[in-house]
Amino acid sequence: MTDLAPHVITNPRLGSWVSVAGSGDGALVEVRVGKAELGQGIATTLAQLAADALALSLDRIRMVAPHTGLGPDQGLTAGSLSVLQTGPALAHVGGVVRALAGPTSPVEEYVARIAALDPALDLTTVAPLAPGGAVAVGRSEPRLDLPDKVLGRPRFLADLRPEGLLHGRVLRPPSVGAVLRAVPDGWTLRDGLSLASSGIEAKVMLVRDGSFVGVVGEREADVDRALEQLRADAEWDELDLLPDPDDLPRWLRSGAHEEVPVLEEDGAPGPGPGVVEASYSRPFLAHASIAPSAGLAVWTDGGVHVSSHSQGIHGLRDAIAATLDLDPVTVVVEHVENAGCYGHNAADDAAFDAVLLARAVPGRPVLLRWTRPDELTWGPLAPAMTATLRARLDGGRITGWSHDVWSTGHSARPGYAGHPGLLAGAHLAEPFPLPPSTDPPPAAGGGTTRNAVPAYDVGPRRVVGHRKTDSPLRTSAMRALGAHLNVFAIESFMDELAESAGVDPVAFRLDHLTDPRARHVVAEAARLAGWDDEPPEDTGRGVAYARYKDRGAHCAIVADVEVTDAVVVRRLVVVADVGRVVNPDGARNQLEGGATQATSWTLKERMGFDARRLLGTDWEAYPVLRFSEAPEVTVHLVDSDAPSTGAGEAAQGPTSAAIANAVQRALGVRVRDLPLTHDAVVRAIDAIGG
Amino acid sequence: MTGFEVNGTRVEVGGDPDTPLLTVLRDDLGLVGTRFGCGQGLCGACNVVLDGAVVPSCQTPVWQAEGRSVTTVEGLSADGTPHPVQSAILDRQAAQCGFCISGIVVRAAALLDEEPTADAARVAEALDGNLCRCGAHRRIVDAVLAAREPTA
Ligand code: FES
Ligand code: FES
Repeated sequence: MTDLAPHVITNPRLGSWVSVAGSGDGALVEVRVGKAELGQGIATTLAQLAADALALSLDRIRMVAPHTGLGPDQGLTAGSLSVLQTGPALAHVGGVVRALAGPTSPVEEYVARIAALDPALDLTTVAPLAPGGAVAVGRSEPRLDLPDKVLGRPRFLADLRPEGLLHGRVLRPPSVGAVLRAVPDGWTLRDGLSLASSGIEAKVMLVRDGSFVGVVGEREADVDRALEQLRADAEWDELDLLPDPDDLPRWLRSGAHEEVPVLEEDGAPGPGPGVVEASYSRPFLAHASIAPSAGLAVWTDGGVHVSSHSQGIHGLRDAIAATLDLDPVTVVVEHVENAGCYGHNAADDAAFDAVLLARAVPGRPVLLRWTRPDELTWGPLAPAMTATLRARLDGGRITGWSHDVWSTGHSARPGYAGHPGLLAGAHLAEPFPLPPSTDPPPAAGGGTTRNAVPAYDVGPRRVVGHRKTDSPLRTSAMRALGAHLNVFAIESFMDELAESAGVDPVAFRLDHLTDPRARHVVAEAARLAGWDDEPPEDTGRGVAYARYKDRGAHCAIVADVEVTDAVVVRRLVVVADVGRVVNPDGARNQLEGGATQATSWTLKERMGFDARRLLGTDWEAYPVLRFSEAPEVTVHLVDSDAPSTGAGEAAQGPTSAAIANAVQRALGVRVRDLPLTHDAVVRAIDAIGG
Repeated sequence: MTGFEVNGTRVEVGGDPDTPLLTVLRDDLGLVGTRFGCGQGLCGACNVVLDGAVVPSCQTPVWQAEGRSVTTVEGLSADGTPHPVQSAILDRQAAQCGFCISGIVVRAAALLDEEPTADAARVAEALDGNLCRCGAHRRIVDAVLAAREPTA
């Protein structure tokens, strides 16, 4: 058999994917995948693929959550790869099931025959039947998870209430590198709270290991008060480790780097006369999920059971085992949903915090929740980045291009650089330090250099990344990774070059694009946005395009931006080619959300700090886009038979660049450093006004 | 003991009267539909209605509820029929992760009670105390508009 789906080869057991719950009329086929619902709707999309693969209606399918002991290991839920990786696997699983348990009607008998299949069956040894027709696929099926969420039913991790539940909190250090000097001798709780030295008995228990310190108790209110008393009394030795937040581009270019070469073609331009050059940047950003991270753990003689909203439960399992010197098979991690996840946030760290607290109270489940300030400042940040682009222009054509990008690393996921990489591990008495963040490998799209190669025909090219390896701040993957700044830079630069060449920005892009799918989305976005019509007064109109990871979705965006007192994004017209669409409304929703979130990054977001502490500790100090600031977003999906790609990371870079290009056209000033706040625009005007 | 009404049912709870109402709802009364987002009164995920006024329950000590009436997101569909705002959000798939939605539903339902003809700008303004990180804003506004009484 050739062309077996890679995730079937690595997970060949039938029972890892499919089982049957119940019997007779009410029997449901349970499908367990290794991709997690992160708020992006993937469970519904994969249910549609599973239904067609198994030749069942959607209401016969129940999606069950990823589980290290029971389900397939599909690595991370990341990189817009879930459909690409899971679709072929489900097609194979379904084809085998139909081969062995068909015919598929009547449905009760078919399901009963599925129930009778041997879970240990090796899927690679049976020839699957060819796929049947698309019934569920291609339809805008409503999300399976939304009714619970909209009607306020228990659904999220923090809603779990198992028997004997204890609540936990961790006191994080006040700053990076701080070491716990003392919880004062004889420290005790006040105001009616008392400390238990062992056991719980309606008290609060202190758990300490080195600079890791937390509290566990029966009542959440007590635990919260205990945390505040502990915070007030704990003494730390702090260090001034942080750079000047107002001079990040220079800081990014200084110190130690690892070079990430991408392209080096003869004749690419260096600095010099006749070469156009510009530099762009973005600050550190927070994931800023609307729920703080949480974890639930029970420690027993047999091992530890963990519920987590991690993007990679298998990697988390291995990291927990490595940090605590456990046999990985005794660590079971299952996925439970939390609020929207946009990359490597604090989910894994919170899971490990829960394990450390649960270890102190064997047999009792501990629900650990982070605080809002910790969520914003102790979760991995999205890297600050800067890029310098150079090009030669010859009679309206680009004849050479270079792109240098500096960034801190885009991956510090569990297991990165050969380390477990869990935050609390670095605070233990016998610490597991957190080495500098790294980047995903080029085969996974890279990090610093993701989308650093222009999609355009630009003559000889030189593209180099410089990953800063001496940052005190932990950074990791957030939606689009380096593609956000690289596309912002390339697409801003394209407009600058078009202006130098005296050519319309849409025409200039089309002049340099050969891929018909690329040309189509650009031309279509321009047409739908009325590019050739005069925009409303005070409004600038800007365009941008990228193909995510050079092989994913094509996306072109036209932004209408009004600049009066503030920069207001009125409308985003998004045209995307995401290949064959499994769930059109789901794909549109992801693109709308991605473009809206990127509008927030572009206009408002920047993690502030002083020499010692991060300052973005609440929604006032780290503002995000509000309802009255949210643009109208219209999404048009191109009909396509190409393989399905994800939609959730396609819009970020183009959104930021289209907004900056629109600001330029409204005001005649180019803002090259994000965010495009009112102050940044005023500074840019002052700079050209002299 | 603090006594008050939740979704039409009289309840009594013990413990420290300074405990946030949110904690009491979630831990003592099992009403986990009201979500914890920030605990600082800044995100709206924990919105409930207290005697007709929308308040962040994370910033409302339970003693303030004494003798008063609280409606939570669960109370909006207590009779088994989703509130029109909830139905419209489901019809239009106006959410992504949905964590922000409880507080938004509570706020939007209260708005339409007071201003049944609120327009898009007014809905957006009323929701400015609710944060949505997933970027579902415009779908949510459109859903709230669709939930208005049909104008005859
Ligand atoms: S949790 Fe109450 S306002 Fe955020
Ligand atoms: S839908 Fe995720 S925060 Fe609103």
